Amino acid sequence: MEILRIVGIGIVSTILAVLVRRSNSSEFAIFISLATGIIIFFMIMDKLVYVVDTLNQLVKKTNIQITYFSTILKIIGIAYIVEFGAQISRDAGEDAIASKIELAGKVIIMVLAIPIMLALLELIIKLLP
Amino acid sequence: MSIDLVFKIASVGILLGVLHTVLEKAGKEEFAYITTLVGVVIVFGMVIGLIAKLFDNIKTLFQLY
Repeated sequence: MEILRIVGIGIVSTILAVLVRRSNSSEFAIFISLATGIIIFFMIMDKLVYVVDTLNQLVKKTNIQITYFSTILKIIGIAYIVEFGAQISRDAGEDAIASKIELAGKVIIMVLAIPIMLALLELIIKLLP
Repeated sequence: MSIDLVFKIASVGILLGVLHTVLEKAGKEEFAYITTLVGVVIVFGMVIGLIAKLFDNIKTLFQLY
């Protein structure tokens, strides 16, 4: 099963990170957690592609505009990357950098969401008597 | 692409930790710092390639062009 390998890799690399952090050169703990995060993401990559493809087909069947769904997909991608980077820097003890990354992520997501909100407002105004 | 990269990083880290203490005991602090720096740069080179691949995959997956 895929999940067993992922949990195994997670536990082993956590132990390695603690081991390295205790030794004299503790900068490598960050590298280990970064590499493990990326490897685990690669392991679930094909499942994620499957989910995104099925959602794409569903949206194509309905007559919803494709731009809305691609915007949602972009927002999910941005949220994932921002959380990934912020968590890495928070682990390293740099909370200031983590909050700056999250601020930038929120602003970018807001910029992406504005067209959808405008369309919604126009729809509501049209519906009003 | 599996866990051998993590083992490589961990081994380099532990080796450099030991080397750092040995050099410090031998009284050569600056050498110890330089060797740790070199180790960090080497591992950084390895991890950068991995990060680049991650970003490419995410760009294609979430259509974040």
